[in-house]
Formats: sequence, C-alpha cells, structure tokens
Amino acid sequence: MKIIFQIISDSIRMARKDLLDFSRDRMQLVFFIIMPIFMMIMTGFIFPTENSLKNIPLGIANQDTGQLSQTLTQVLTDLKTSDNNQVFEIKTYADSNAIKDAIKAQKINGGLYIASDFSQMIQRGQPAEVSIIPDQSNPQISQILTQLLQQVIAGTSTNVAQAKVGEIIKLTAIANPQLSQADPAAIIQPIQSTIDNLIPGKPNYFQFVAPGIMALIVMMSVMTGLAVSVTREREAGTLDGLLIAPVSRLAIILGKAFSQTVRGLVQGMVVLLLAILIFGVHVYGNWLIMIVLMILGVFAFMGIGILVSAVASAQESAMTIMMTFQFPMMFLSGTFFPIQQMPQVMQYISKAIPLTYEASALRKVIVLGAGFNAVWTETLILFVFGAIMLAIAVPTFRRVITR
Amino acid sequence: MEKIIEVNNLVKEFNGFRAVDNISFSVAKGEVFGFLGPNGAGKSTTIRMLTTLIRPTSGQAKVAGYDIATQAAKVREQIGLVAEKIILYDRLTALENLMFFGSLYHLPRKETKERAINWLKTLEMEKWANKLTGTFSTGMKQRVNIARALLTKPEVMFLDEPTLGLDPQTSRSIRDFIKELHAQGVSVILTTHIMPEADELSDTIAIIDRGKIIALDTPTNLKARIQKEKPTLEDVFLELTGHDMREETHENIPSARGRHFLGSKSRIR
Repeated sequence: MKIIFQIISDSIRMARKDLLDFSRDRMQLVFFIIMPIFMMIMTGFIFPTENSLKNIPLGIANQDTGQLSQTLTQVLTDLKTSDNNQVFEIKTYADSNAIKDAIKAQKINGGLYIASDFSQMIQRGQPAEVSIIPDQSNPQISQILTQLLQQVIAGTSTNVAQAKVGEIIKLTAIANPQLSQADPAAIIQPIQSTIDNLIPGKPNYFQFVAPGIMALIVMMSVMTGLAVSVTREREAGTLDGLLIAPVSRLAIILGKAFSQTVRGLVQGMVVLLLAILIFGVHVYGNWLIMIVLMILGVFAFMGIGILVSAVASAQESAMTIMMTFQFPMMFLSGTFFPIQQMPQVMQYISKAIPLTYEASALRKVIVLGAGFNAVWTETLILFVFGAIMLAIAVPTFRRVITR
Repeated sequence: MEKIIEVNNLVKEFNGFRAVDNISFSVAKGEVFGFLGPNGAGKSTTIRMLTTLIRPTSGQAKVAGYDIATQAAKVREQIGLVAEKIILYDRLTALENLMFFGSLYHLPRKETKERAINWLKTLEMEKWANKLTGTFSTGMKQRVNIARALLTKPEVMFLDEPTLGLDPQTSRSIRDFIKELHAQGVSVILTTHIMPEADELSDTIAIIDRGKIIALDTPTNLKARIQKEKPTLEDVFLELTGHDMREETHENIPSARGRHFLGSKSRIR
C-alpha cells in the first residue's frame, strides 16, 4: 500500500515537472493551439459539398430544337445554391465530342448532351435520352455534378410526366368519374418520404468531423507526445537523472503518461471549443460521458506510446515510427470519411484500429446525444485494447530502459 | 580499510561485444578513485553499471554495501552522478531543478530547499537561483549540476568527465570542490581525460583499456614504473595504452549509438 502511494506521488511529481517544462516552451504552446485549428479548417473547408460548389463550368451540347430541351437548359442555367450563387456556368458546344475535348482541356468540369430527337421522342411517348459526360479526372466534383444533373433531369422528367398523366386522367375521368380527383404527382410517385431528424437542422460536416479530430488529437498527443518526451530526455541525458533516483521505473513512465494525458485532454477540449465557437458544432450528449471517453482514449493509446518510447533511441526515430502508425489510422478510422464508404477490405482494417472506436463513440455522444448504453461496446474495446497494450508496454519499458 | 565499492568479475556484453571484460577492483571509503582509459575502453559502461543505469551481463558489484543488481533501489539512495551530459531541465530554473531532483529522494521539502539554497551559495550561483538553466553557460550549468548530485548527501559520487568543455576558472573551482568533498569523506569515482587533473586529485588510479583493468595503483607508484626524468601520469598512460588513436566503432553499444555518436566518443584526443 505504501509502495503504491509512493509510486503515485512520485509520478505526480514527474508529471508536474513535465507540464511546467512544457508550459514554458512558447513555440510548442502556440502549435498546441494552432494545430487543431488548422486541422478543423482543413477538413472542414476543403472537402466539396453541394453548397460550397458554385460556378462549375458545364458544357451543354443541345442538338434538339424543341421546347423541352430549352426548358431543361434553362433550369440548369437558373439553378442556384442556397446562398444564391449560380451553380453552373453554362458553355455551349456543338456535339458530345466537342464536350469531351473541352473536358480534356479542363475548360469544363462535365457536360450534358441532348440528342436532336429529344423533344420528338417525348412527344411520341418514347424514352428520350440525354447523356451526362463526367470529368473522370476529378471524382469528387464529377460525382456531385452527376448527382445534380440527374436530379435536374429527373425533375424535368417528372414535370413532363405530370402533364402527360394529367391529360390521361382527364380522358379516363370521362369514363370513370372517381379518377377526376386523382393527383398526377401521386400517381407517378405514390410513396412520399419525409426525413425525421434525430437532431434538428441540416447535417454539418464539422459536426461529423469534430469528434473524430478530437479523438485523433488525443491519440496523437498521447502517442507521439509520450514517445518524444521520453526520447528527448534520453537524448538530453536527463533520463539518467531520473533513473538513478530511488524511484520506481513505473513511477517514471506513469508520470510521463499523466502529463501527456493532461496535454491530450486540454488539446481535445481546444478542438471542441473551436468547433463550438467557430464552426457551429453543437454538443447534444452528456459532457461527462464525453470526457470519460476522452480519458479512455488516452488510456487506449498510452501503451503504444510507451512501447515506442522504450524502443526508439532518438526523437527522430520515435517520430518516424509514430507517423507510420498514425497515418493509416487517420484515414481508416472514419475521422474524415465515413467507414461505410470504404471498400470492404478497408472496412475490415478500420475495425482493427482503436481510433475507429474512439471516434465513433465520441461522434455518437456529441452528434447524436447518445448515452452510455449506446457506446459501451466501444468503451469495452478501448479498455481491453489499452489494458493489453499496457501489459505489454510497461514490462518492456522497464526491461529495455536498463539494458 | 572499509570498502565503499567492491567489483568482482564484472562483465558487460552488447550483442556479443565485450565492453567490460571481467574486471575486479575495490574502492576504499573516502578516497578519490581516478578511473582512466582511452575512448571506448569501458569507463562509461562500468560507471553506468555501478550507478544501476545498465545491468551487468555477469559478475557482481557492491556499492555502499548494496548489490547493484539485486538491491538497485538501495544503491540509488547512496549515489550521486555527474555524467557527461548535464542532468538539468533547461526550461526549469536552477532552484526548481534542485527541488525536483531532491523531491525524488523523498526528503522533506523544507530541508531540500535549505540544502539547495546552501549549495547554490557555496557554488556562487545564488543570484541565478530563479533563472532558467537553459540560459546558463556550460560552467554555470555544471555547477548547478554538481549541486543536484550532492543535494542528497550521497556516500559515493560518480563524476564522469566533470570538467569537460569548461573554462580554466570553472575547471579549477570544480577541482577545488572535489578536494573539498574528499576532505568531507565522500568517496569519489572520477573519470577524466585530463591526466594532470587525475594526478592532482586521485588517491588511487585505475587504467582500463579494451574492457580490462591494466593498472591499479597510487599515482606515485604508477609514475615510479617509468624510466624517465620527472615522469608524468600521461607518460604512464601512453606507455600502458599505446600511442595509437582508437578508431574502433561501438555500434553494438546502445549508449554509444544513442547518446554519444556526436558527443565525446568521436573526438580524437
């Protein structure tokens, strides 16, 4: 009992020293705040959303002379974003080959070809075709563009259909008066769907990304911070000063872990505050559960940090090892892109990454207001992972540190 | 005479390379023990074993009556270390550094502070007590570093090249200080490449080369072996270890790989 108390009080001393040391490093302190801001801005703003797109150059080759194709191009020309910008900047071309050439020259981001028999086919009640020509060199834009064009075409298509169905109803209502009340729209689309949101408002990408970035930053500061902190002391020679003191090796590594925990939590909170104040993120869940989840995240990643700090002899190698681990984790954990969008193989890999669970649990709590009962599997996985890593890391550290 | 350090058949291997090869010696309580040898001879490895920083491959050693392998925690309470690298945090003040390292020895806070201030006074560093050590010159840092090692009143002081890179004034004051420690009865293990320094300070000198102790005697007796008018310790050293410069690499030694590869080990003296 006395030994445990001694170890804890020693480790608190170590942690206090580390934090004092850290708080005096102005450069690090500045980046400590700037890094999360950068990350939020980068991930929040650079990904294209339908709103962020405006004035996309779109090529149209309309070989039809009828009224309907005119209407269609007019709709595309008039299409506005929610903040009242033109969505498309229409350029006219002679035929589909001209459009393809323009895409190759990157003058337009996509094109629409309307064949000469378009209006005629519709008039005759035959399927009329338009072709969408995407710019495959830019998957993000071309996906959004294709979706938008399909929506507009479907809308125009429905309008035509409603007019036609309306005529048919009129004709049949003479024989069957019951039908005169029928709504053409309901006949074309008998089932209407509405969206019943769990949380009010439109989904916000920051709302999706903020919990992930919190998880990511907690992980990075614990893993990299811990390893760099130990290797830095090793290089400076101060580690010897700790090792020749009559304190347990466990207290040394626990002290490091404590100080990194504090750093990680503070940085996570910085992300959250930025997200709330600047990016309009709202926390729907319980703050206490959120903080517990973050502490758990720290616990889960601590073992890896200790392991690397035991193995790496210099700061540079510690950083390199960490980057190798963290880079794939960053992209496969569902922090920036939803896991469901990934190919199956990648989904399996992402399931093996602890960060995935941390990000998903935080997202559930922050975005969906979930309680503990909704995140207990993640909690359990993180705890078990952390415990196993620590069980490997602490004895390794104690053995390796005095070889 | 009472022995403060007893070393028996101590061996340290790094990946098959014998850095310390079966050495045995003892240090009497209260003496200054000069531990000399060319670069890579095994001095630092021996000191790192005796200070419990690395574990011996085989053999035993006792420091202040405690076994370095089985009673490491007890050994640590009795020793102070001034290593090649200064053990101080740059972003802590001199006093904060002393208070932190003192606290690791579980002394009462008040007493630690008294001792720290006393040491800073003795070493003429008092007015710098609340300045960050990162702003100090090497000499100032080394003085605080020595205060750190002595704060806990160790029975044995390990001084690994304490005057390395210091100006003559600071070196002089540190040598005086070692004499002062000697007078107070503290046992001192001193490694240095400066032969007159070793000659001036040591009661006994051990010369280690290629992991083995090749001479162990008083400076006077060692010099008497040389057939020369007014022999110096340097003559003894060069006679015993040869005039060839050491160019062996130490890639097997983690400490050499990690810590020293740009430091003192690669210098040619």
